[in-house]
Amino acid sequence: MRWLLAKDLRILQRSPVLLGTLVIYPIVIALLIGFAVSTPPGRPRVAVYSGVQAGHGTIAFGSQRVSLAKYAKQLYRSIDPLPAGSPQQAVADVRDGRALAALIIPADIDQQIQELIETGAGNPTVRIVLNGHNPLERDLAQQAIQARVDDVQTAVSRQLMKLVIVDLQKVLNGGSVSFLGHTLHLLGLKGIRAIVQETIASLPHGSKQRPALQQVADFANVAIDGLELGSPEIGGVTTPLTVQESDVSGATTPASSYAIAIAAVVLLMFVTLVVAAGMLALERSENAYRRLVRGLVRPELLLAEKVVLASVCALAMTLAMSAVISIFVPLQWSRFELWVLALALGAVAFAALGVAVGALARDVSIASLLAFLISLPVAFVALVPSTAISGGLDTVLGVVSFVFPFRAALEAVANAFTGSQPAIGLPLLHLALLAAAFAALARLALLRFGER
Amino acid sequence: MVDGAAAALSADGLTHRFGERTALSGVSFAVGAGELIAVIGPNGAGKTTLLSVLAGVLTPTSGSVRLAAAGDGAGRPSSRRVGWVPQEPALYSKLSVAENLRLFARLERVADPEASVSLMLEQTGLAERAGDQVKDLSGGNQQRVNIAIGLLSGPRVLLLDEPSSALDPRQRARLWEFISGLAGAGTSVVYSTHDVFEAQHHADRVLALDEGRLVFAGTPETMDWSY
Repeated sequence: MRWLLAKDLRILQRSPVLLGTLVIYPIVIALLIGFAVSTPPGRPRVAVYSGVQAGHGTIAFGSQRVSLAKYAKQLYRSIDPLPAGSPQQAVADVRDGRALAALIIPADIDQQIQELIETGAGNPTVRIVLNGHNPLERDLAQQAIQARVDDVQTAVSRQLMKLVIVDLQKVLNGGSVSFLGHTLHLLGLKGIRAIVQETIASLPHGSKQRPALQQVADFANVAIDGLELGSPEIGGVTTPLTVQESDVSGATTPASSYAIAIAAVVLLMFVTLVVAAGMLALERSENAYRRLVRGLVRPELLLAEKVVLASVCALAMTLAMSAVISIFVPLQWSRFELWVLALALGAVAFAALGVAVGALARDVSIASLLAFLISLPVAFVALVPSTAISGGLDTVLGVVSFVFPFRAALEAVANAFTGSQPAIGLPLLHLALLAAAFAALARLALLRFGER
Repeated sequence: MVDGAAAALSADGLTHRFGERTALSGVSFAVGAGELIAVIGPNGAGKTTLLSVLAGVLTPTSGSVRLAAAGDGAGRPSSRRVGWVPQEPALYSKLSVAENLRLFARLERVADPEASVSLMLEQTGLAERAGDQVKDLSGGNQQRVNIAIGLLSGPRVLLLDEPSSALDPRQRARLWEFISGLAGAGTSVVYSTHDVFEAQHHADRVLALDEGRLVFAGTPETMDWSY
């Protein structure tokens, strides 16, 4: 086998385009992935027109005051603001491509909100203008602005709820309120109930006023019970949602590490498929196959040699890529043995698929094209989230993912990189079975490989 | 006619079918030591199939091929005992002449690969082109490397499938000079050709095939060439 390996390595070495691709490809992939996962997402450029004068923009909630300027600062941290002198200028900035979106805040926004709080009337409105040329950029800008607008809405709602609760407590327990410059004392439902019950007790048993007063006392009881139960619930609305994250399957792969695992497996798949399929088909294209299997080399040995060749090339490149990426994102080098194990078994499975493709295609250019065409959908299918598609299609894609090595390799490599779930044992077993199955398919295809 | 017992190689009732099509039908003959045999016939007559079966590349549907009981023993043909030179050069185009020879010498488990490579380079007159990649050689020189690989293990029988088809007249003359020298040194040579002139002038015997059947076996002088 060593003479065949040496021969193939020499041929690869003398194919400058292929060799260049095999060397440059992992470096480019590594740098792209590294920058992508280590650089925060860019802020969308948004034209902002605010009609609110400096020193204004404060909303009063009883004695509480909320300044809109605080939320404007948060907004400016989420976007790359482009100040506009007028609403028309802001729209023009979007239309002319200087900004992805425009946010137009009317001068009386604080008064509109104040009126809504005090009277319940009105519909405070800010205007967002989006550039629809690029849907992805449009969504990025829209989400950045909407998130900050939601912050303002939440703050207003929270202050309103606090006021409502204070007022309800006064209705329940009594207290002081200011009205038209005068301070009034409210009795409260509990005080009313006590007075009515004392009055009933002081009346003779046969008094005709007793049933009527008892109805008032019963109403007070029901109202007090309801408000005492309801107040905490209303208070909870001021902080309506608390998110507590947990995962049902233990530790999970960090997003950045998962991205690296995907990059590693894509590279592994691409190199092994192309090299294994191409180099096996080359034996026939060079007319050498029939000479080789005429007692010089057994077909099984020839397949094994191509699998070893492709796996070693891909493993070396993938490890080099991972090493470069680890400059940007910390990987667990203490698990290096598992990296090698997962990547090696993944490479063998992909290489077995590659020799099957090469044996079936029987021509270098067709084999290389097939290898490339198989790579893309196999990776795509394995990465489609099951929640994003219907049940029937999910089953089909699941079967496709099961019979190709990508998903199993990704699970094994992700685990090897980070120790995440699922455990590495089953994916490795899956890869071993796929490697055996594709090797058997390749051996069958070799039965007619030498035919002209 | 060569006596089967004294033959370097003998074929007995060779039949080969590709599915429903019979490419070779009951062909029997024997090749003596140092004999030069031309296999002729029209396209599709079964020439390449016959040579492939003799080389062991194809397994006959029925019939057998036997080698002389000498040295490493009798039996089915193998690469070490029967040299095979396919019609199209079976070479790695990105390897040099010497690298191709060296690779196949090692795969053939030749006792001294370097000595064998040097001998072949000298015999084929390619010593000066030893370092050139095969893709940079002319068709004639590629065919010489192709033949040299078939001779690496020092076979007693050499099978050549249309060896001169890609060569110009001058290269053909040099090729036949080389092959005649091999036969003169005791190597049995069986080759296929379309060229009547070659069969008339470079063969001790002629085998004529038609639709897979052996329709003539004899010396060029006894052959009815108008047929």
